[in-house]
This record gives sequence, structure tokens and C-alpha cells, in this order.
Amino acid sequence: MDDLLRLDDQLTPEQRMIRDAVRSFVADRVLPDVADWFEEAVFPARELAPQLGALGVLGMHLDGYGCAGLDAVSYGVACRELEAGDSGLRSFVSVQGSLAMFPIWKYGSEEQKQEWLPRMAAGEAIGCFGLTEPDQGSDPAGMRTIAKQDPSGDWILNGAKMWITNGSVADVAIVWAQTDDGIRGFVVPTDTPGFSAPEIHKKMSLRASVTSSLYFDDVRLPASAVLPGVTGLKGPLSCLSEARFGILWGVLGAGHACLESAVDYAKTRLQFGKPIGAFQLTQEKLAWMAVALEQAGLTALHLGKLKDAGTLKPHQISFGKLANVRAALDIARQARSVLGANGITLEYPVIRHMNNLESVLTYEGTQEVHLLTLGKVLTGLDAFR
Amino acid sequence: MNIVVCVKQVPDTATERKLRPDDKTLDRDAVDGVVNELDEYAVEEALRLKEAHGGEVTVLTMGPAKATETIRKALAMGADKAVHLSDDALHGSDALSTSYAMAQALKKIGFDLVILGSESTDARTGVLAAMLAERLGAPQLTLARKVEVNGSAIAIERITDYGYDKVEATLPAVVSVVEKINEPRYPSFKGIMAAKKKPVEALGIADASVDASAVGLAAAYSEVAEFAAAPPRAAGTIVKDEGDGGVKAADFLASKKFI
Ligand SMILES: Cc1cc2nc3c(=O)[nH]c(=O)nc-3n(C[C@H](O)[C@H](O)[C@@H](O)COP(=O)(O)OP(=O)(O)OC[C@H]3O[C@@H](n4cnc5c(N)ncnc54)[C@H](O)[C@@H]3O)c2cc1C
Ligand SMILES: Cc1cc2nc3c(=O)[nH]c(=O)nc-3n(C[C@H](O)[C@H](O)[C@H](O)COP(=O)(O)OP(=O)(O)OC[C@H]3O[C@@H](n4cnc5c(N)ncnc54)[C@H](O)[C@@H]3O)c2cc1C
Repeated sequence: MDDLLRLDDQLTPEQRMIRDAVRSFVADRVLPDVADWFEEAVFPARELAPQLGALGVLGMHLDGYGCAGLDAVSYGVACRELEAGDSGLRSFVSVQGSLAMFPIWKYGSEEQKQEWLPRMAAGEAIGCFGLTEPDQGSDPAGMRTIAKQDPSGDWILNGAKMWITNGSVADVAIVWAQTDDGIRGFVVPTDTPGFSAPEIHKKMSLRASVTSSLYFDDVRLPASAVLPGVTGLKGPLSCLSEARFGILWGVLGAGHACLESAVDYAKTRLQFGKPIGAFQLTQEKLAWMAVALEQAGLTALHLGKLKDAGTLKPHQISFGKLANVRAALDIARQARSVLGANGITLEYPVIRHMNNLESVLTYEGTQEVHLLTLGKVLTGLDAFR
Repeated sequence: MNIVVCVKQVPDTATERKLRPDDKTLDRDAVDGVVNELDEYAVEEALRLKEAHGGEVTVLTMGPAKATETIRKALAMGADKAVHLSDDALHGSDALSTSYAMAQALKKIGFDLVILGSESTDARTGVLAAMLAERLGAPQLTLARKVEVNGSAIAIERITDYGYDKVEATLPAVVSVVEKINEPRYPSFKGIMAAKKKPVEALGIADASVDASAVGLAAAYSEVAEFAAAPPRAAGTIVKDEGDGGVKAADFLASKKFI
């Protein structure tokens, strides 16, 4: 399939090598099995983590502590290629790198960094990020999970988190909780007594991804478990900004996989004596899909350049997450229709991506939350509450 | 051990490859260049030998300026340094003159072991290893599916139609590998970033003591006289099985000299 705008010509030779390395990894190690993982609702996290670590994708945009230290565009391109495999794979990498490693790297003590980052970069330790709760989703400020310091200085953690990617397979959880000083982050080894993480089942989306609840029942943590460098909601929100940047690139991969599948199918499926791709209605669908994909690619590249220049603003990330997830979901739905009945089977990647993108639309700030963010920037009026 | 891996940039086999109308050579500018696939196995084997025995891995590429992309990939996989033999005078070289220029460069670099893929996807002559060995006066151990080095002794398993031959020699030697030998590693992100800083020495033909009149299109012993686009695939013939389907299928295969 032709890449209409040839946006990848803008990449440096190193960025192209990163693209090619991830692309061949996904082709060899993920694509042959991912439909089965999705059908069986499993993600072989323990098996893949060291392989992803050896490639260098875990915490790739961080430097030091065994991380690769890539620029933002490289990070984006890698996410795109991972998500061309499956949004579950990209979610694993986003959570590990941007939601679990990033807060330790940015706000952690030297001991916390030394203890966790090298092992997490190598894929020997897996992390998760607990912000969302059963009753607090878009509005995390009202979270109920609470940490209190007892006279010995230890922290006692109580509460529950929900919808936590990697929860049941994690070695360490970054848990955000209310304290007397406001919201703080805690580095919680998952073998601490009182911690449990049952998996959430019956999902119809991101099936090749582990999603869990976290329960904290008098979890006792040393004073050193708190992330010293941040207090307040800006801690978790800054992590989400990192991860959302990966998402606005990642969904390009899912969209590309769907468009490619639709174009191939349209050229070979014969009805009424000719390929369905020769009907104008099909061509219109394909053309709009390609336009949407390339525009999303332009947005991602532009935001990547801003991030590398150090000027990227949170509302610009909202713009990208909102626009690109929307574009990818529309592409997936159109592609599904082009494939007819085959569009609903896991023999083709389309419905897998389509269902996955429903989660991507919701997590890391729902579509509505990002619309309200942009609305606030445009009008100066806060419509959140 | 001082290992030199010969790596060639070839046009991506997934794209449509074309010959240039002017001098009937391959149009290498028109398509994306990639590392010749078998050469990745050669790089991998060199890296494993280095990991086991110590030493240094140098990449040698003969190719136009664009071939630096390919060199970077081999460096990203873990090779230490590279030599890029590049000169307009080399354009159009056939297998014989290519082996001459490469052998000159190898003499200049120095080596205990030369490793290369057993053929390239663009030319597919599969003769370079043998020609290099001859020109360098070194033993040739071709089509290796396994390589073992012990001090100055080297042994390979050479694939054959009936199994394999065990071939032994002493270093320095020239080895060509087949894809059964290993599974090439992905260049890691750290490797990709590190490759930017690894030294790539540019050699022109004079630097490698290559005689200009012995290379290039004019010196080629073989010549591409003419070429034409492959004809579009003709419609197949449908044979009805009237109890003799097997015979008809066999006749067809025999007519195409498959049996
Ligand atoms: C279909 C076909 C079949 C052939 N069969 C044979 C054969 O059986 N035996 C044989 O000996 N030859 C063969 N040749 C080669 C042919 O005889 C000529 O020598 C000529 O066409 C060279 O091939 P090329 O198109 O690959 O040339 P080029 O594209 O010029 O490549 C020749 C070699 O020179 C290198 N090169 C090109 N430019 C540079 C540069 N600026 N600096 C350094 N290196 C450079 C390339 O990487 C390559 O290794 C064949 C060529 C074709 C197209
Ligand atoms: C597969 C999956 C993985 C996840 N992984 C993680 C994880 O690893 N860590 C983590 O912390 N969380 C994770 N989440 C949770 C995710 O971030 C939340 O689901 C998300 O923030 C939305 O919260 P909610 O589901 O409670 O929806 P709600 O906040 O209840 O929203 C329901 C609907 O109401 C809308 N709405 C809410 N407020 C407003 C308003 N002010 N104006 C207009 N509309 C509004 C929303 O946009 C949405 O459409 C994951 C979710 C999924 C599905």
C-alpha cells in the first residue's frame, strides 16, 4: 500500500532504524500469535517483557539506568509500530515506560531509581500504575485510596483501584493515594502483605492485555516508599501526558493495519464480477481513511517535533489524543465494513483493532475530557464541573 | 580474533526492481536499499564468534554512498567499525572485478576471518566467497550452517543436498553462511544510538590500491546485452480430470522440465 504523503521521509536514519527494528520484532514475535492471545484473553507478559527489554523499548524515552534515551519522535514511531501489532502490546509498553518507570525516574529517590529502573528497562520487573478507582475515573481528584503515616514513620495504605493495566502481572505498582499533604505517589512491591490484584475478565476490548483491580488492605510500606519529588494531582497527570503522547502515535499503527487490510481485501474480493475496490463507494471509503490516517500522522509528527523542542503543551497532547484516536477508530470501523463478514473474524486484524480502540478512546482521558480541555483553552471557561 | 563481515546493500526485494535504460545496470537509486538478508546472518555469526572468543568485528561494504544506511544497521547490531569502499569507478563491476576490489580492501584492513552471506538477492551469483578466497590465498569454507573456531583451527558444517560435510581449515579463512546458521538479533535501540558514533572509514579505489582499469562496467567480463519487462502472467489452462488427471499433471510438469 502506498504511503500517500511519505511522512516517514521526514525521519532521521536512526528513527527509521528504530521503526524497522520494532516492525520486524512485531512481525516475528507478535503478529503470528496475537489473534490467539486476543481470543483466549491472554497476554504473555513474562515472556515478552525480556524480549522487549533487549530491544530497548521499555522506558525508551528516559535516559540513564539502562534506558535507551530516545528522542520523542523515535518514541512515537516505536509506539506506532507496536500498536500496528496490537493496542494491548503498546499499552503494556506505555504503562511500563511512561506510567511506571517515568514517575520513578522523574520523582523517585536515587534508591528507588537504582532498585527498579534497570530491572524494568530490561523487562525483568513489570510495573503498573494505579490512579483510577471504582468510583473515580475522569475525576481522580476525589480518590478514596488513602495513605496514613503511623508513629514509626511507616505508611499504611488502604483502598482500591480499578482498570489497572498489568496489575496482576506486575512486580511493582505506582499507587496514587490521598495523604494529609495531598495526593502522593507510592512505590509498592506487589508481594507486600495486604496487596492483591485480581484480573478483570469478560472484556471485549484489549483482550490481549492484562487489566486488574488492585486492593490495599492495611498495606504497610516503609517511609522510603513515597515518591519524594511530587505532591498533588500534577504527579499522575504528568505521567499521563507522557503516555498520551505514545498513544497519539500508537493509534496510527492500528489505523494503518486496518487500512492496509481493507486495501488488500478490496483489491482481491470479487463481487458483481469485479474487485470491490473498483466500486466508487469502496474507493471513497479507502480515500477518506487514507486522508484521515495521513492527517493524524502529520499531527503526531508535529507534536513530536514540539516535544523534542521542549515546547509541547498539555492541551496540545489532548488535541493529538482526541483527534488521532478518533481518526483511528473511524478508520477501523470503515475497514470493518469493507471486509464484510470477514471483517468480524480474528482471521483479519480489523475487528481486533476496532474493539481495542474503544478502550483507547476511554483510557488516558476520555474523548469528552479532552474536548473539555480544548474547550477550556478556546473559551477560558471551565466546563468540567 | 579480527573478523571482517562483508555486507551488501541490495534493493528491497519487496519492491519492484528495475534496470537503468542507459547502462543496463540495476537502478539502485530508485528503490529503498536494505541489508542483503543473508549478510545479517553473517553479521550475527561474527558477533557470536566475537562474544565467544573476543576480538573485533569490522564491516566491509562496497557500494554507492547510499549504502551507509546498511553499514549503520550492521553497526547497530553490534559490529565495532566499518570500512566503506565507494568510488564511481566501481559502478557496473561484475563478480570478478567486485571480488578483486573487495580482496584489495581486505588486504588493507587485515583479517583472521572473513564472513559473508552465501549470495546476494540482487545478483544471486553466489561466487564472491570462492573468488575472495582464491584472491586472498585463503581456504574457502562455503555454505556453512555451523561455524566453530578453536585457536587457529576452524571447522564448519557445509550444507549439501544429502546432509552436511564437515570442512576444516586453519585461519585466516573465508566463510560464507546460509540462513540455517543462526537467528540474527534485532538491532537494539541502544545499539542504534551507539552506531552513530562508531567509525566508518571511507575508501576510494586508490586508497585500496585498486586498479581503475580492472573494475567497473567497462572491465566487466559479462555484459547485459538487452532486457525486457517480464510478461504479465498469462491465464492458466484448466484441465478437466477425466480419469487421467494424474497423467496430465505429470505431462505438464515434464513439459516444464520439473520432472
Ligand atoms: C540480470 C543480471 C545478471 C548478471 N549476471 C552476472 C553474472 O552471472 N556474473 C557476473 O559476473 N556479473 C553479472 N552481472 C553484472 C553485469 O555483468 C555487469 O557487470 C553490470 O551490469 C553490473 O551489475 P549491476 O547492475 O549490479 O551494477 P551496479 O549497480 O553498479 O553494482 C555492481 C556492484 O558495484 C557496487 N557499486 C555500484 N556503485 C558503486 C560505487 N559508487 N562505489 C562502490 N561500489 C559501487 C554495487 O554495490 C555492486 O556490488 C549481471 C547483471 C545483471 C543485471
Ligand atoms: C482497558 C483499560 C485499561 C485501563 N488501564 C488503566 C491503568 O493502567 N491505570 C489507571 O489508573 N486507569 C486505567 N484505566 C482507567 C481509565 O483511565 C478510565 O476508565 C477513564 O479515566 C474513564 O474513567 P471511567 O471509566 O470511570 O469513566 P467515567 O469517568 O465514569 O466516565 C463515564 C462517561 O462520562 C463522561 N464524563 C465524565 N465526566 C464528564 C464531564 N465532566 N463532562 C462530560 N462527560 C463526562 C466520560 O467522558 C465518559 O464518557 C483503564 C481503562 C481501561 C478500559
